[in-house]
Amino acid sequence: MEKHDIVLYILLAIIATNLIRVVPIALIKGEIKNTFLRSFLYYVPYVTLAVMTFPDMIQATMTPLSGIVALSVGIIAAWYGMGLFPVAIICCVIAYFFNGLGAFM
Amino acid sequence: MKNSLRHDILSGTRDGIPIAMGYFAVAFSLGIIAKKAGLTALIGFISSFFTRASAGEYGVYTLVAVNATYVELIAMCLVVNLRYMLMSAALSQKLSPTLSWFHRIMMACCITDEIFGISINHKGYTPPAYTYSAALISGIFWASGCAAGIIAGGMLPTSIVSALSVALYGMFLAIIMPMARNDRDVLYAIIASFVMSGVFAITPVLSDINSGTRTIILTIVISAVAAWLKPLPLNNDGEA
Repeated sequence: MEKHDIVLYILLAIIATNLIRVVPIALIKGEIKNTFLRSFLYYVPYVTLAVMTFPDMIQATMTPLSGIVALSVGIIAAWYGMGLFPVAIICCVIAYFFNGLGAFM
Repeated sequence: MKNSLRHDILSGTRDGIPIAMGYFAVAFSLGIIAKKAGLTALIGFISSFFTRASAGEYGVYTLVAVNATYVELIAMCLVVNLRYMLMSAALSQKLSPTLSWFHRIMMACCITDEIFGISINHKGYTPPAYTYSAALISGIFWASGCAAGIIAGGMLPTSIVSALSVALYGMFLAIIMPMARNDRDVLYAIIASFVMSGVFAITPVLSDINSGTRTIILTIVISAVAAWLKPLPLNNDGEA
């Protein structure tokens, strides 16, 4: 089979990935009046990020336990308004600590 | 006017720095995969800077590694990045009606999960300079992280790489939880998302669906149900 060109692969990926970002914003100008559509778009970002976080976060660590603890502490820290970077760091430190703990159990 | 532009650039950069830090760590682990697909550090940098799509790039590099067809690669980009389409539609509601086409298109290209998250949280209409500044600094770190991963990947112990990989999820939590605290309906939607996503991951047959597709299906279904049960009250001030 013919070997594909890596540069062409990447070029196509760049075009396709950005095209999908541009199309809606180029088509929708002005405010959406439809209540359902407005409400739908309001919930989308929170639902997407929540779906991507769980259960992937507890599968990304070496043991499910370290992921579960990192997730729980991350939720509490974020709930009380700690910023993006502090929450991310706390999760990493906890995951690292419990990864190490898992190795002894 | 000059002052507000300066303010937008400064606040965009300030909010972009924590994202950039997390991106570097996550992109580093992405670089390890990119290296397996045969990408050089330069191509990895360019690819990451211009796509800025974590799951999308992961999909692309796994396809490149198996010498997939160009059609498969494009299909992967469109499906895995479909959430950006939803985010772009949502962001369109946060732009001033007088904003030019050029800025609309450029802002759309800036969309990543996190840049979208902070742009949508900006009070009132989101100024382009704010989004550009945050996207630029985080994009540079994202691309550098990928290049660093290609060069130095495999040198770090697994325990560190796996600990770094939760940084991204920590950032997701920091974006969604403050809103959940303010709006009970968002909290319910997030709880439903966790539960449904967990059920999908452990149920036979459903668990064969890759996480990109799962994200798309659940986002559409849960958001639609939430919008149907708990629609937003009418408002006319242009704020979401």
